[in-house]
Formats: sequence, C-alpha cells, structure tokens
Amino acid sequence: MTEIRIDPPAHAAWTLVFASWLVAAVATLGALFFGEVMKVPTCSLCWYQRIFMFPLVFILPFGLFPFDAKVARAALPLAAVGWLIASWHVLLVAGVIPETATPCTQGVPCSETYIRWFGFVTIPLLAWLAFSFIIALLAAAHFKASKR
Amino acid sequence: MKQKTLFIASAVVLLAAFVVGVWVYNIQQADRTAEVVKRNPQALTRLHSPTLGNADAKVHIVEFLDPACGTCAQFSPFVKDLMAANPGRIRLTVRYAPLHQGSEQVVKVLEAARKQGKFWQALEALFATQRQWVRNHVAHAQLAWNSLAGLGLDLDRVRADMNAPEVTRIVEQDIADTRTLNVTQTPEFFVNGRAMPSFGAEQLKDLVDEEIAKGYR
Repeated sequence: MTEIRIDPPAHAAWTLVFASWLVAAVATLGALFFGEVMKVPTCSLCWYQRIFMFPLVFILPFGLFPFDAKVARAALPLAAVGWLIASWHVLLVAGVIPETATPCTQGVPCSETYIRWFGFVTIPLLAWLAFSFIIALLAAAHFKASKR
Repeated sequence: MKQKTLFIASAVVLLAAFVVGVWVYNIQQADRTAEVVKRNPQALTRLHSPTLGNADAKVHIVEFLDPACGTCAQFSPFVKDLMAANPGRIRLTVRYAPLHQGSEQVVKVLEAARKQGKFWQALEALFATQRQWVRNHVAHAQLAWNSLAGLGLDLDRVRADMNAPEVTRIVEQDIADTRTLNVTQTPEFFVNGRAMPSFGAEQLKDLVDEEIAKGYR
C-alpha cells in the first residue's frame, strides 16, 4: 500500500468536511426532488435557502481534494445565512412570526405547508436541520484541524 | 486515494438513489391517478364540456387546459394532428383548469363564444395571441378582446353571456373536478381515463396509439 500517511486529526477533520458535503448533497437532491419531481411549489424563502445550500455541494469538495480545512471559511458564511433564513421560515410556519412580516408578496405563501411527516417534519424544518448539521460539522472540522 | 473513491462512490450512490426515487414516484403517482379516475369517473367527463370529433370514437382524450398556458398553446396543433392522423377514431373533450391568475375570466369569454358556436375558433385565436394578453403569467381578459375581433362574434353578447350563471357553474364545476383529479399543471391529458406516465408529446402519442390499438384491432 502506498497510502499517504495523514495524521489522525487531519483525517478526522477530512471525515467531518466530507460528512458536511454529504448533508449538503442530500439536502440539494431532496430540494430538487420536492420541487421538480413532486412539484411542491417553491416559495421565495425556499429559493433563498436553495441559494445558500446548492453552492456548498460544489465548494466543499475543494476542501476535500486536497484536504484544506480553510474551506470552512468559504462555506460557513453561506451555511450561516442559510441557517438564519431557515430559522425564520420555521418560525413562520409555526406561526410565531406573522406572514405579513415576510418578503413573500406574490405567488406561494411561505407559511403554507405541503408536507408534514409524523405531524411536525416540514420542508423548512429539514432545511434548518441540514444547515445546523453542516455548521456543526464544519465548525468541528475547523477545530480539529487547527489543533494539529 | 481511498478518500477519492469514497467521495465518488457517495456521489454515484446519491445520484442513483435520486433517479430510482423519480422512477418509483412517477409509477406510484400514475397508479394513484388511475385509482382516483376510477373512483370519480364523473369528474373526468361532464356533459357540459366542449367536444370535438366523432361521438362514437373509441379513443377519448380529455384535456384539462388553461387558455393562458403556453404549453397548452403548443400542444393544441399536436392534438389536432393526432386527430387528423386517426380520422373518426378520436374524440376530444376540453375541460378548464384556469391555473393562471385571471384565467377564469378568459375561460368565461370562451364559454360565451361557445354560445355563438365559435368556441374552437376563439380558443385558437386566444392561443395564437397569448403574448398580447398574458403578461408575467397573469391573464388579462380585457386585453384579450382584440384577439377575438375578426371571428364574427357579437362581442356585446359575449360580454353579457360570460357572466351568465350557467357559465359560472360550468367553470366552478371544472375547477372542482381539477381538484378531485389532482390536476396541478396544464395541459393534462387523460386518454380513456389513463394519464400520461410523465409529461411529453411522445408520451401522449404512445398512450393514444395504445388505446387505438386496443379499440380498433
């Protein structure tokens, strides 16, 4: 075997960045499935979350080959903004924030829910979870890599 | 090296799962539609709907359309070609699915034109001039009047008839039926009660060919 020896913290950090890429890829394909296959209407808040989720699928691999934990510097701001929008959307769906306070003026109201698995899992909640995981994984990767 | 393999394998698995998911979902959806049509046959065909072609034809296409829908306009000549290629064997029924904002008014204009025996001419004229009266996916009935000039319609009567209670009833019934049959996009075709497995002109032609083969062997 001619495997290049990577020291354990870096290896762990690689796995964390890879896991965050997996989450972003699943979220992206999931969003496309909801929108393009199941034809769930995409409201404006959903579009903004897509804007911050989809690029992660392409940006994160730059930090994987060759491994460079600094990719978190590019990916974290995107994930953070996406997380904020998703949080807003979750609160909106829950009824905590009134619809009039949102940027949705025409078309699909963002407070409308088309999917509710087990009575509480909505698409905005899935997006929020995905952004949360990505942030946690990238932060952990950054921490692991800097400890080297 | 192993990391690269892991990455590529993951990407391939995710994409494959997506493709399989699309396939399974479409099959399930087609089954569900067939089931809904079976349970609500009256929602598919109403006696009030405009119909074209031989009444005894063994192939019956029910088209849910929106006069403001661009794809409906593109499909219109295709459906006519299908009928011309199989003379006497296809009957076409038009149902309304006014999904665009403002479309309902335009549908009422069509129904009023129908009272003067000019439904198909009016529909064709509206399709041909969509650019003039559909702006940013909003249908403007007041801009559609120009399109109807030259058809020999009594436009004052159209204006009066479009607000007749029986016209409203037809439009409301059609909209209710789109909900029952879960018609969410236009045009939606049902050929002898069967929906297309996925949207496309080829799929429609295949469905029609299958039904013709069954009805006229």
